Amino acid sequence: MKLIIAIIQPHRLECVKEELYKAEVNLITVNEVLGHGRQKGVTEVYRGFKETGNLLRKVRLEIAVNDNFVEPTIKAIIKGAQTGEMGDGKIFIVPLEECVRIRTSEKGSMAIG
Amino acid sequence: MKKLLTVFLIVLCVLTTNVFGKSGTTQSQETAIAVPASPKVDTGDTAWVLISSALVMLMTPGLAFFYGGLVRRKNYLSILMQCFIALAVLSLQWVLFGYSLAFGPGKGFWGGLQWFGLNGVGFDPYPAYAATIPHNAFMIFQGMFAVITPALIIGAFAERMKFSAFLIFTLLWATFVYDPIAHWVWGDGGWLKNLGVLDFAGGTVVHINAGIAALVTAIVVGKRKCYEKHPTAPHNLPFSVLGAALLWFGWFGFNAGSALGANGLAANAFIVTNTAASAAALCWALLDWLFNGKPTILGTISGAVAGLVAITPAAGFVGVGSAIVIGLLVSVFCFVAVGFVKHKFGYDDSLDAFGVHGIGGIFGALATGLFASKAINAAGADGLFFGNARQFTIQLIAVAVTVVYAFIVTLIIYKLVDMVIGVRVVEEEEAIGLDLTQHNERAYTMLE
Repeated sequence: MKLIIAIIQPHRLECVKEELYKAEVNLITVNEVLGHGRQKGVTEVYRGFKETGNLLRKVRLEIAVNDNFVEPTIKAIIKGAQTGEMGDGKIFIVPLEECVRIRTSEKGSMAIG
Repeated sequence: MKKLLTVFLIVLCVLTTNVFGKSGTTQSQETAIAVPASPKVDTGDTAWVLISSALVMLMTPGLAFFYGGLVRRKNYLSILMQCFIALAVLSLQWVLFGYSLAFGPGKGFWGGLQWFGLNGVGFDPYPAYAATIPHNAFMIFQGMFAVITPALIIGAFAERMKFSAFLIFTLLWATFVYDPIAHWVWGDGGWLKNLGVLDFAGGTVVHINAGIAALVTAIVVGKRKCYEKHPTAPHNLPFSVLGAALLWFGWFGFNAGSALGANGLAANAFIVTNTAASAAALCWALLDWLFNGKPTILGTISGAVAGLVAITPAAGFVGVGSAIVIGLLVSVFCFVAVGFVKHKFGYDDSLDAFGVHGIGGIFGALATGLFASKAINAAGADGLFFGNARQFTIQLIAVAVTVVYAFIVTLIIYKLVDMVIGVRVVEEEEAIGLDLTQHNERAYTMLE
């Protein structure tokens, strides 16, 4: 089991969701985050007071999958989120020790899908 | 760009000192000469028109909230800014030359420039427009209409227009579309006015005009990047409700103020305005319930605005029964326009400026030709339902002329601005949002 964490552009979320559904990955958690990598942040000015290098809005997805779903999930995220421009984001894949479905107390790969 | 702005500011300063310096002196001379013949100013009428002007002014910020709540939050400030700066820019345009172009007496395309810089627009009434209030009170009342009309178009190209392009487009549009049509319909010597068209508070001049401009700009500016598959959800509906409430409130000045006096006609306009808005709001809510499963607040406020739009040309000519019918029917038409027609043709009129103001305005102007009654306003005319079919034909002509003129000239102005500086923001800026890319600000922070 793996936990896939992806940071993407907010406006690509709908496309990524669509690609994930096509790959039959239906369980995701999404939240909004701020950050920037190599892409420059934005400048904000309030009554002449300038703040540069501010953080950009991004969306973070968390998807827990069984091993055979790792590749399709990654492909789907890339397909949905890639624009070729700086700031498209990153995907992190980390091992997942355990997963429990609260409703039934099932554990492991049964619980994940 | 910065140099250009500096030059513009200097020119503006020089211009205004000259223009208004002169108008001050002519002012005193004229008052001295004109005293014996001048009709008497009524204090009650004047007070009402000034209050109404302030009410109409409030509609532009109201519109800003109405539209602003409907966009995504990354573009919220851009809407507020466009509305607010329209108030500033068009107020200046109006006192400098807009009022003269729209209301200067004359049979031509425009009113001419004899009232340039309010030269000769003084404290005495100008009886061709309003015999009991100072001419300058009439001028500022009309000025608020000239501000909100171009602001209505913002809904069509929301979330994707460059701010610089917006400024130039709006100024040109006010000058070449709003001012001439206002002159034709309301101006002394205007040809549609002479034809006998009934437009109490701006169905053709304001709503059809802005609605058609909205349709044109929505089509030529193209869809928002996100629009293809996923219509975006409003980012803050409570703001839209606040905005709609302010619009409704301000509309009492818009319609009842158009009686240009504190009298029974103003009260009638007030009542039918409130009645039509109520009927339309209720009707849209019921249509939502029937066809979309649940009554929605967005539907209800859209209905209210549609009702206000439709009753605008009719407010001084119809009674309360007709107002109910107009209110109920306009919601049906607008409901179909924004729910079905827009999707069928696939243009991205983002906030339904055409669907509500264009369709509602056309319906209202035609309904005036049906429901108008001399029993309400002896200075008006009877409509088709009161035995005067000719009035309906006149309304039809006015609608057709406004639609065609607004369509063509808006298109020309748009193409011109697009050629010179480009209208649409680049894709990356659209993705980040107009607040940050056009104004260096954001409406909401995520971290403190």
